[in-house]
Amino acid sequence: MHARKSFVSIAGLSRKDILHLITMAAEAEREPNRKILDGRIVATLFFEPSTRTRLSFETAANRLGAKVIGFSDPKVTSSTKGETLNDTIRMVSNYADVIVMRHYLEGAALYASEIADKPVINAGDGAHQHPTQTMLDLYSIYKTQGTLDDLDICLVGDLKYGRTVHSLIQALRHFSPRFHFVAPRELAMPEVYKQQLTEWGIPFEEHTELDAQAIGSADILYMTRVQRERFQDLAEYEKVKNLYVLRASMLSAARNNMKILHPLPRVNEIAYDVDDTPFAYYFKQAENGLYMREAIICDVLGIKL
Amino acid sequence: MTKTSNQELLVAAIKDGTVIDHIPSSRIFEVVGLLGLQGLGSAVVVGCNLESGQMGKKSIIKVADKFFSPEEVDRLSVVAPGATLSIIRDYNVVEKHQVKLPAVLRGIVRCDNPVCVTNNEPMPSRFHVVSPSKVRCHYCEHEQELSKVQIQG
Repeated sequence: MHARKSFVSIAGLSRKDILHLITMAAEAEREPNRKILDGRIVATLFFEPSTRTRLSFETAANRLGAKVIGFSDPKVTSSTKGETLNDTIRMVSNYADVIVMRHYLEGAALYASEIADKPVINAGDGAHQHPTQTMLDLYSIYKTQGTLDDLDICLVGDLKYGRTVHSLIQALRHFSPRFHFVAPRELAMPEVYKQQLTEWGIPFEEHTELDAQAIGSADILYMTRVQRERFQDLAEYEKVKNLYVLRASMLSAARNNMKILHPLPRVNEIAYDVDDTPFAYYFKQAENGLYMREAIICDVLGIKL
Repeated sequence: MTKTSNQELLVAAIKDGTVIDHIPSSRIFEVVGLLGLQGLGSAVVVGCNLESGQMGKKSIIKVADKFFSPEEVDRLSVVAPGATLSIIRDYNVVEKHQVKLPAVLRGIVRCDNPVCVTNNEPMPSRFHVVSPSKVRCHYCEHEQELSKVQIQG
C-alpha cells in the first residue's frame, strides 16, 4: 500500500481529525506565507470550471512556496480526445506531489486516489462531496463561536440538493449540535439524512418560514442558494427561488454571537444591507478557505503546521 | 421419493457438474446470461416454473461438467440470493450449499447513478452490501435495492 494520505470525503473524519485540521488552519492564518513547500509541485486539475475554488487552492499552494501546474478548463485537456481519467491521473502523478481535483463525476476523487501514488484532494466531485468547503465552514464556525460544541445551527434554503449542508451535518455530528432546517417542502432535508440524525441522537426541527423565531434561535445561520440547474421543472424553481431573502431588518432578534455563513456565490438570498451588519461573515468565511486549504495541503503531505 | 427430486429427474440427471436450485423463476434467464451458460459447449438443462413448497414457483439449472468459480457464485448471489448450489460427481451430490451475498460486490452490479464515475470510466464497480436487500456504491454512495439492480456488462 502507498504511504500517501488523500483527502476525498468528510465521512471518514473523526472529531480529532477535524480539530487537528482546525488547529493547523489557525496556524496557517497566523503566518500565511511560509516557504515550506519550496520545490514541491501542486497540480490543480479542474475537469469542471470553478474559479473561486481553484484560485483559493492555487493561492494556498503559492503562499506555501509550491509551484502550481494544471488546467482550469477541461476543453484544453486530453479528456476531450477521449483520454480516461485513469490515464490522466497516472500521468499527472508522475509530475506532481499533490493532486487537487475537481470533477463533474460523482466518486471521481475517490477513484483518482486509488490510482494515483500521490495524495489527492477532492475539490468537488459533482453533487457528491466538497470536503474542503465543509472544513472551511467548520473553521469559520469555530473561529466565530470559539467552539464547535453544543451550537444551534440553522440551515436555510435548498436542503434537498445542497451538498454543503449534507456534509456539514455529517461533520458536526461529532459536536452535539442542534439543527434547525428552514426550507420549502420541495427542498426539504431528505429523509435519509433525518434518519441518520435520529440514529446519532441529534435533535432537529423543521420550519418553512425564515422568521424571527428561526433567526433568534441560531448561533450560525447558514444560507444557501437555490440552484436553478437542479430543477427539471423551471416552474418549480420560479416558485421557490425568492422564498428566503435575508434582510438587515430581520436580524433584530438575532443573538449577539450569531454569524451568517454562505458558501457563495449568492444570488439574492442575502440582501446587500446585511453585508454591513456585524452578523455578516461570508466574505471572511471565503478567506478562511485559504488557510484551511493550506492546512489540508500540508496535512496530506505529512507536514504539521 | 420427494416432489423436488422427481422434478429434478424430469429435467435429467447429470454425471458431473453443478445443479443450481431455488432460482426465482422471474430471474432465470438473467442467471443464464450472467453465468454465460449460452456459450457453454456442455449440456445445460433449464427448468422453469417448477413447484416449490418454499417459493411457490422456482427454477432450476443443471450444467454438465462445469464447476463455478467463487466470482461466478458471487454474481449468482446478486440475482438469486436464496439459490442452492449442488456439486455433482459421478451422479452423487458431494457438496451442497446456499449461495451467500458477499460483503463487497466487485464488477457485478451497475450503479444506477448515471453520473457515477463507474458508469463513465473503464473500471469495475464496487458495492457494499448494507442490508440483505440493499447495496451502496463505494464511489458515489448511491444506494440501490438489490431486487432492482442491473448487472455490469
